[in-house]
Amino acid sequence: MIFTYCWQQISKSTTWFFVWDAPRIATDLWTRATPPKWEYISQLGKPIWDTLNIATLGTLFALIIAVPVAFLAARNTTPSRFIIRPIALLIIVSTRSINSLIWALLLIAIIGPGVFAGVIAIAIRSIGFCAKLLYEAIEEIDETQVEAITATGASRWQVMAYGIVPQILPAFAGIAVFRWDINIRESTVLGLVGAGGIGLQLNASLNVLAWPQVTLILILILLAVIFSEWISAKVRHAII
Amino acid sequence: MNTDIFNVQTKIGKPWKKPPFVQSNLLRWVLITGFVIYLIAAYMTIDVNWSRVYEGLERGKKFVLAFTNPDFTSRSSDIWEGMIESILMTVASSVVGILISIPIALGAARNVSPLPVYLICRGIIAISRALQEIIVAILLVAIFGFGPLAGFLTLSFATIGFLSKLLAEDIESMDKVQAEAIKASGAKWTQWINYGVQPQVMPRLIGLSIYRVDINFRESAILGLVGAGGIGATLNTAFDRYEYDTAAAILLIIIVIVMALEYLSGIVRARVQ
Repeated sequence: MIFTYCWQQISKSTTWFFVWDAPRIATDLWTRATPPKWEYISQLGKPIWDTLNIATLGTLFALIIAVPVAFLAARNTTPSRFIIRPIALLIIVSTRSINSLIWALLLIAIIGPGVFAGVIAIAIRSIGFCAKLLYEAIEEIDETQVEAITATGASRWQVMAYGIVPQILPAFAGIAVFRWDINIRESTVLGLVGAGGIGLQLNASLNVLAWPQVTLILILILLAVIFSEWISAKVRHAII
Repeated sequence: MNTDIFNVQTKIGKPWKKPPFVQSNLLRWVLITGFVIYLIAAYMTIDVNWSRVYEGLERGKKFVLAFTNPDFTSRSSDIWEGMIESILMTVASSVVGILISIPIALGAARNVSPLPVYLICRGIIAISRALQEIIVAILLVAIFGFGPLAGFLTLSFATIGFLSKLLAEDIESMDKVQAEAIKASGAKWTQWINYGVQPQVMPRLIGLSIYRVDINFRESAILGLVGAGGIGATLNTAFDRYEYDTAAAILLIIIVIVMALEYLSGIVRARVQ
């Protein structure tokens, strides 16, 4: 019932003429988009490097912020359960629920277009994700080890360094690589709103309807995604 | 005197050190130096226009202040329309995506389906997962024209990749004994699936479906940026016109809905498991 209603609403706002025309358009697009314009690749080196930088530096910044947030949000390490923990959780939820493209849109309005906006957008978006997984890992640690360190008369920071950190380090490395992999995917499209990387070239090519270039860029993005997934799978396999 | 100290050292042994995270010495140093070199290279190639950033801070402050005073009213009809469209897209695409992904998940589980079917279904999943929503949306908008139909198709396509993969993994790791017991009773293939496999994966299917509804809503918020309908178009316009209070209102609505969905999915998942 609900579904049919939704479908009716969608079809109402659709220009059906374009839809019936779609197969013709699709074949037309296909003939125009093939073969990819291979020479164009010489101009894509820098954008790919930018994309990699956005993803890596963004992940790095995110981790720097996510670690303290995670410690504040975990039930067993938070200094105050009623004031600080909800704030930390709020940071996690609000950064997580907004897509990095929207963050990029916002940051471009604030700090201007460019790679830097992309880095910050990726960083903000990743904070919530990393902090959430990390604080869940912290809550699952083995308390006996922490108690053993505490019993030796260690200070709060020493307990952290010797009792908690070694237990969550593998999880931390796994989360970092996992998020890096996702960030590579996201940073490829950030350029669509002007935040640098290969998406900028994609947008430029789309705007001038240079479909052979678009095909080449899409192939490149696909390769980048497969590459990052391969690396992250390798690293996670090595850790776990 | 010197020899005495030496003797003490050998007697008590070396002081304990924390074992390093990466065991191999060589690998550790290669990783560290490589990382430092990369950081320097990255820093050199990124040119940050600090004066522009500094100028923008004023606007950033304005935006943060807008969150304390979001404007729901002056563009309420646009926001309302965009939200409804986003929700419609989410519901419709989740239903279609889930319905299609169940047979594909069965096909992509090695213990249920023969090899050729398995390879085809895995191929579909790989393609759907490798292409980001926003890129699919660009192509579909080019083919089907502007509007929610393109967004609906994009989200359905993305749902198939996500759900089929996780469901197929669940089917592959199910308990064989139960399935075999059904088979031994002389059940047909459909009966075997229905009574041997389906009850085992049902809780996971429900949990994943609700999680995917959550993701679909979040994604539907950005599809509007490329013209595929939904709240994203309204948001983009608000940013372009520097109406930060309206943008803040939209973002707040998105956050609240996502939080509500997450809370709901938490309850449902706790109940079915």
